[in-house]
Amino acid sequence: MEQKPIPGADDPALIAAFEARIASGESIEPKDWMPERYRKQLTRMMSQHAHSEIVGMLPEGNWVTRAPSLRRKMSLIAKVQDEAGHGLYIYCGAETLGVDRHDLFNQLLNGTAKYSSIFNYPTLSWADMGVIGWLVDGAAIVNQTVLAKTSYGPYARAMVRICKEENFHKRQGYEICATLASGTPAQQAMLQDAVDRIWWPSLAMFGPSDKDSPNTGELLRWKVKRKTNDELRQRFVNLTVPQAQAIGLTLPDPDLTFNAETKNWDFGEIDWAEFFDVIKGNGPCNRERLEARNTAHDDGQWIRDAATAFAAKHAKRGVEAP
Amino acid sequence: MSAAKSAVRSGGGHDEGDDVGVATGQAVAGTRSVAGTRGPVLGAPLFEYLLRLGDDRLILGHRLSEWCGHGPILEEDIATANMALDLIGQAASLLQLAGEAEGQGRDEDALAYFRDGVLFRNCLMVEQPNGDFGQTMMRQFLFDAFSVLQWEALAQVSHTGVAAIAAKSLKEAKYHLRHSSGWVVRLGDGTAESQARVQRALDSVWRFTGELFGRDAVDDAVAALGIPVDQAAMKSGWDAIVDEVLARATLVRPADGPMQRGGRTGRHTEHLGHLLATMQIVARSHPGARW
Repeated sequence: MEQKPIPGADDPALIAAFEARIASGESIEPKDWMPERYRKQLTRMMSQHAHSEIVGMLPEGNWVTRAPSLRRKMSLIAKVQDEAGHGLYIYCGAETLGVDRHDLFNQLLNGTAKYSSIFNYPTLSWADMGVIGWLVDGAAIVNQTVLAKTSYGPYARAMVRICKEENFHKRQGYEICATLASGTPAQQAMLQDAVDRIWWPSLAMFGPSDKDSPNTGELLRWKVKRKTNDELRQRFVNLTVPQAQAIGLTLPDPDLTFNAETKNWDFGEIDWAEFFDVIKGNGPCNRERLEARNTAHDDGQWIRDAATAFAAKHAKRGVEAP
Repeated sequence: MSAAKSAVRSGGGHDEGDDVGVATGQAVAGTRSVAGTRGPVLGAPLFEYLLRLGDDRLILGHRLSEWCGHGPILEEDIATANMALDLIGQAASLLQLAGEAEGQGRDEDALAYFRDGVLFRNCLMVEQPNGDFGQTMMRQFLFDAFSVLQWEALAQVSHTGVAAIAAKSLKEAKYHLRHSSGWVVRLGDGTAESQARVQRALDSVWRFTGELFGRDAVDDAVAALGIPVDQAAMKSGWDAIVDEVLARATLVRPADGPMQRGGRTGRHTEHLGHLLATMQIVARSHPGARW
């Protein structure tokens, strides 16, 4: 990923003018001058986001062929399809920062790029399709609603559009959960088991605690991020606990209590050792996810070669491609 | 695709398909003869016919959905998911109509999830494993060309339920055909490797194409119920589409060797059972549950 150095990258006057624009609430557009650090941070965030959409297709794709009704099968396929669309959209957004999406994609394939840790957990029952929609998409929405106000214009606009679809996914997921919750004892047990497995990893989706998040200060100053990880995590917990109560679920945290003073739901400590282990590549499915992406890519090589060869032949002959 | 209009005509001789008995009466307990019917006994013709239409789409849609997240390019993940969605949507409408025709209170989910393999009526082609992306697209192209002609014919029948589904599905099938034929041409006329691969795919799947145009007692019976389709006319329309696309793809049309048949009467290949084992596992593990 070679980004062209911008003239005057470290010019204090340019940086001051840039920060003044940010402070006054202007959005930064692709052709505007921006500090290299800003460009790098956004490239990192947007590519991680796009990768997460793409890898996120796998755990849900795992249940497409086993969805228990035609309606659920269709809505799950549509959801996974939306995720591919989001990935494509955000890769294109990242390209406005002067990178090539194929380079970003190669970083995903060779394991040097990160993606959301949640997708390194396995999907073990149909209930996971409900709980992922409810909790994982729910957490993503809390993050992305704030990102829709990020200072970089293309990312902000992408988030506005994506949030609409994510909201739909979340409602759909919660509806699956509500149906299971009022279903047979086996369905209820399946649901509770999924919540027990997915609750903590979905809290970890907001990233490290603020005290261990080295980038946060700068990102907040430049309005790339608008809230800290811990603020967003708390907002998610506050939103989600009543939803769990409404359908009679317990959340696997004995420390979960309502704090009358702060009006927050206090919760227990995240297992950070596990979090960093998954980030480092040692989660239950890291290897499987990357292998699946690489297999798809390698198996598709002859297809892409053929399409390229065909296009080249027909450009030469001046014949319209099919 | 102008052959489609002339396909709306009853008649056309039976081909060499299965000897099918359409259910007529019940054997009385104790007096049942040891001499049974040659060939499988089928249900009421309209029910059987709608299952054939619906199961083709359900099984092919399911096969396409297996690609979910594993496509050769991101754009193709979106496109195959889209086609899978269309096909399963069509299947849901058709199976719902089949359930109504049967009149025993079975809805589309009961028919999709609680029938055994021998009760499925899809053609053998659609249940074949995906293979590589070229094999998937070749199967898709051969089916799409058939499907467009079938919907064109069915959009004009007097049975309103079928005609309405056909009119909507035709638009989708035309898009699918455009997409799959585009890939057949691109792969056929791409690299030496892609041409060899996709030619092998064509040669291998060809033995299942004859079944698409078979005609039996079910087709005759539904013609009398306002669903007349001329299989022979459809076949010539299909030949025209296939020849045109294969020529652009620089692929060689295989000679018509022995054709595999049986799907329309429940005599499937071994692949269907495994597909259904996956598809039905959750629903069957929780009989009576709502999802």
